[in-house]
Amino acid sequence: MRASNLIKVAGKSIVKNKMRTLLTMLGIIIGVGAVIVMVAVGDGAKSQIERQIQNLGTNMLVITPGSSSAGGVSRGAGSFNRLKLEDAEKLRNESMYLSAISPVVTTFTQAVGPQGNWRTRINGVDVDYPLIRDWPVSSGSFFTAADVRQRKKVAIIGATVAEELFEDDDPVGQTIRVRNVPIQIIGVLAAKGQTAEGTDQDDVILAPHTTVGTRLSRWNFVSQILASTSSPGDIPAAQEEMKVIMRESHGLAAWEADDFEIKNQAELTEAAAGTTEVMTLLLAAIAGISLLVGGIGIMNIMLVSVTERTREIGIRMAIGARGTDVLTQFLIESIVMSILGGAVGVGLGFAGAQILGNVMGWQTLVNTDTVMVAIVFSAAVGIFFGFYPARKAASLNPIEALRYE
Amino acid sequence: MQVRGLRKTYTMGTNKVHALAGVDLDVRPGELIAIMGASGSGKSTMMNIIGCLDYPTEGSYTLDGIRADTLSKNELADIRNQKIGFVFQGFNLLPRTTALENVELPLLYDRSPGKKKTKELAKEALSMVGLGDRVDHVPSELSGGQQQRVAIARALVTKPAIVLADEPTGNLDSKTSVEVMDLFQTLNDKGITVLLVTHEHDVAEYAKRIIELKDGKIIRDQVQEQRRAADVAATMPTDGVLA
Ligand SMILES: Nc1ncnc2c1ncn2[C@@H]1O[C@H](COP(=O)(O)OP(=O)(O)OP(=O)(O)O)[C@@H](O)[C@H]1O
Ligand SMILES: [Mg+2]
Repeated sequence: MRASNLIKVAGKSIVKNKMRTLLTMLGIIIGVGAVIVMVAVGDGAKSQIERQIQNLGTNMLVITPGSSSAGGVSRGAGSFNRLKLEDAEKLRNESMYLSAISPVVTTFTQAVGPQGNWRTRINGVDVDYPLIRDWPVSSGSFFTAADVRQRKKVAIIGATVAEELFEDDDPVGQTIRVRNVPIQIIGVLAAKGQTAEGTDQDDVILAPHTTVGTRLSRWNFVSQILASTSSPGDIPAAQEEMKVIMRESHGLAAWEADDFEIKNQAELTEAAAGTTEVMTLLLAAIAGISLLVGGIGIMNIMLVSVTERTREIGIRMAIGARGTDVLTQFLIESIVMSILGGAVGVGLGFAGAQILGNVMGWQTLVNTDTVMVAIVFSAAVGIFFGFYPARKAASLNPIEALRYE
Repeated sequence: MQVRGLRKTYTMGTNKVHALAGVDLDVRPGELIAIMGASGSGKSTMMNIIGCLDYPTEGSYTLDGIRADTLSKNELADIRNQKIGFVFQGFNLLPRTTALENVELPLLYDRSPGKKKTKELAKEALSMVGLGDRVDHVPSELSGGQQQRVAIARALVTKPAIVLADEPTGNLDSKTSVEVMDLFQTLNDKGITVLLVTHEHDVAEYAKRIIELKDGKIIRDQVQEQRRAADVAATMPTDGVLA
C-alpha cells in the first residue's frame, strides 16, 4: 500500500470516529497543557528573578560583613568584622580593576515631609553609587564629590518616598527633616521596583555617606561596599584583588578566615535562580507524569479500539491489507492523534498560562523550546504507546477477525 | 483454478478434526459454482483456503497459474487483493463509510505499479451492481440487499480471477436473495467466475454446477445444464438491480 493511501485510510478512520479520537487525545491534551502551564509558571518566575538581579546594576561586586567569628573566636559586636569607610577608601586607592566604589552607610529613621511622615531607609553613599547600581535620577541631579566632602545636607529620594512625602508635588528643591536635620531634596531616583526577595528598592533616601555618618546617625554603620568593573571580564580578577586588599585592611593574619564576603552578580543570580530551578523541575516532573498518564490513556483506548475494530481489521486483511499495512495504519492513527492532542494541549496550555498570568498576577513565560519538546514528546508517546496495540491489530488472524462479533 | 488432495486438519488437544479430508477440484474461468453440504462439512474451511486466508495442511492449490499454498503471508495478502473478491454473509462493510469509499478500499491496498483512478473504478463497479445512484450512502442508510450489492461491487472492483461468496444470501429474505443471485448470474454471464456457499437448494439451483461436501470430502459434483433463471420480472423492486 502506498504511503499516501495509508495516511488517507488512517486519516479517515480518525475523522469518522470523532468521539473515540477525542477520548484518545484527551490524556495528551491535558498532559501537554499541564506541561506548558507548569513550565511557563516556573520559567516566568525564573526570568522575573533574573531580571530583578540584572536590575541591581551592571558588573557589580558586593562586599558584606562576613560571619562574626574568625578562626573560631567570636570577636564580638563593634570589633573588626564590621566594614569601615577606610575599607572603601583603601580599595579606591589600591585597586586596579575597580572603576567605581561606594560604601553604603545605612540607617533607618522617620523622614518628615510636607505631606506626611514616612519611615524609611537612609543609605549614605558615594558619587559612584548610581553608576554601580545602574540607577539614574528621573528628575533633579545626583550629589557631587564636593557635596560628599563638605557633608552637604542634600538627598536624592526614591520613587516610593517621593510618593509618600510629596504625593503629586515636585520634591526637587523642597526640604524634609530627618532626625530634626533639614535636608534639601536635589533629585528623585527612577523607579526600580522590587528585589528578588520582594523589598521595595524605591523606598530609600540616598545622601552623601559623610552626611549620614556624621549628622544623621550616631555611628558609621557600613552595611555594604559596592563596586563595579568597567567590563565583565575583569570581575574574577577584581574579586581576587578585593579580597587581598580587604584582608590587609582588616589586618587578618594568614591563618584567619575572611571576615567579609565578596559576591559578584553571577553568584547573586545563581543563588536566587537556584530555588526557582528546583521549582521548575518539580513542576515539570508533575506535568511529565500527567503526560505519561496521557500516554497510557492512549494505549488503553487504542487497545480497546483494536478489540472493537477486530472485524474491520478482518475486512481490511481479506481485501488485501498486509499485516504491516494494518500496523502502520494503527501507528499513524496513534501518532496523528497524539501530535494533534499535543498541538491542542499547547494551545490550551498557552491560553492557560496567559489566564493564570492575568488572574494571579504571576509572570508566565512560554518558550518555543517547551513547545517543541512537548510536541516531540507527544509524538514519541504516540509511537511508544501506539506500537503495542498496533502490533496486536496486525497479528490478528483474518479468519477469526472476520468471525468476531 | 486447481485444487489437489487438499486437507485441513485442526488439532484440538489430543483429537484431530479433519475439516477437509482430501479434496480435488478444478474451476474453469466463467463458472458459477454452488457449494452445498451440512453444517460442519468443511465448506467455509475450503473457501478460506481458496480465498488465500488460510494454508492447507496438505495438498496443492493453484490459482491463475500461481501455487498459492507455498506463498508467504504478505504474498497471500497481495493475491487476495489482486485475484480474489470476497462476499460475506454479514456484508462486512466498514460502518460510517460511504458505499463509494467501501468499494474503493481494495484499490487503496493495491501494491501493483501504476496509478489507478480509484474513485472512477469504484463508481463503475457500483453502477455494475445497480447502485450508481447510492454512492454517497453509508451502510446504515442502505437495505440488506443493497449492502450486499455494495459488498459485491467491492469484490469486483479489482477485477479478480474469482469471486468467493460464503453464504451471501444467509442474512437476506427470499426475495432479496433472488435479486442477489440474479446479480451473480448477470456478472457470471459477463465472464466472472463465482464460487458460492449456500445451505439452500433454491439458491444453489441458480448455479451452473453444484458441489456437495460431506465430512470434508466431495460427494457430489454435478453440472446443471438447465440452471434456473432468476425470475427478475416477478421479484424485482422498481429501482431495478441492473441497468
Ligand atoms: N479454527 C478452527 N479450529 C478447530 N476446528 C475448526 C476450526 N474451524 C473449523 N473447524 C472445524 O472444522 C469443521 C468444518 O468447519 P467449517 O466451518 O468449514 O464448516 P461449514 O461447512 O462451513 O459449516 P457451516 O455450514 O455451519 O458454516 C468443523 O467440524 C469445525 O468444527
Ligand atoms: Mg461456514
